[in-house]
Amino acid sequence: MPEVIVRKKLLCVEEIFHEGGPIAEKPLRRAAMLTVIRNPFAGCFVLNIAGFMDDLKPLGLEMARALVAALGGDARIVEGYGKGAIVGSAGEIEHGALWHVPGGYGMREVLGGAKAIVASTKKVGGPGTRLDIPITHINASYVRSHFDAMEVGISDAPRADEIVLALVMTTGARVHARVGGLKASEIKGEDGLR
Amino acid sequence: MKAKIRKIATFVEETMREMDREISPPTRKAAAVAVIENPCAGKYVEDLSELMAIGEELGEMLTSRAVAALGIPGMSAESYGKAAAVGENGELEHAAAILHPKLGTPVRRVLGKGAALIPSSKKRGGLGTVLDIPLGHKDAAFVRSHFDGMEVQLNDAPRANEIMVAVAVTDSGRPLARVGGLTKDQVKGEDGLR
Repeated sequence: MPEVIVRKKLLCVEEIFHEGGPIAEKPLRRAAMLTVIRNPFAGCFVLNIAGFMDDLKPLGLEMARALVAALGGDARIVEGYGKGAIVGSAGEIEHGALWHVPGGYGMREVLGGAKAIVASTKKVGGPGTRLDIPITHINASYVRSHFDAMEVGISDAPRADEIVLALVMTTGARVHARVGGLKASEIKGEDGLR
Repeated sequence: MKAKIRKIATFVEETMREMDREISPPTRKAAAVAVIENPCAGKYVEDLSELMAIGEELGEMLTSRAVAALGIPGMSAESYGKAAAVGENGELEHAAAILHPKLGTPVRRVLGKGAALIPSSKKRGGLGTVLDIPLGHKDAAFVRSHFDGMEVQLNDAPRANEIMVAVAVTDSGRPLARVGGLTKDQVKGEDGLR
């Protein structure tokens, strides 16, 4: 399978102190890592693309490690995650789907076996396309306080023959979470859901 | 802290390839953005000294964060820029009060030097306003390889009564600079121009 060729990276870290309510004792932090790679399948239909998932695994790991480092270096601080991809105009949505396995694998590996499915989204778009990456709790998808999303994008990517690959990690609940549901403290952590 | 900060975001952009050529070492830019309450929103305030004082403390904090995000000592920064976006209940002059009278001195203190004017931009806008932060060499405004810009955007800012304040710092010029002019090794760094 083709080599992974990286054009650029963008790391974005947000620290949220309040949103009109009381100032958080521990501010919520959300970090996104975006990597712009060449789409080796751009411009024509390629039947067998699945092998590229293995080629992307080292990148998934590297991006997950960079996110943990950006959040202070201790993986135990991470409570939420998500992933996404934006495929340039000469590619197809299926190329974005190549990111499911290596993106998820990278984060689980670095976070020490997170149980919940990694929420994800993807689209085809031009340079500057924004992507709302869904975020859920790393061990129990139903934790309501951790449902969140982070908007990301890069002004000059993806070009037609590129893919933007994204991973997101957060350190906690929405800053003023108060709509009930399963709490992080109530997680059983067996099935990845509750 | 005089500023009432709702959130802070940092962005680090790293370019490894351009037009299929390897950029070695990669060019790197960082921006730190604070979203603050605008104490002068919704009314005409003659004396803007409160905003000027906020500019001073944000100059120090945002520059420190941008440099830390690059992982370099302040002295190694090569170019810089600043920008502000005022929410709809504020006026452009509020951005001017933050950016121009007092923000520059702490920026230069963190970077060790900074003989050149800090290029700036400002606008009024709604949530998701894109700020294009102009960039110029920190000691000699005429260094042509370092004329650049960095785009930053937060989907939830600035709200009507907020201001987004950004400082950008780089450790490099454009990826494949080749349009001549003054080069960085020719900088005298006395008058801020050459």
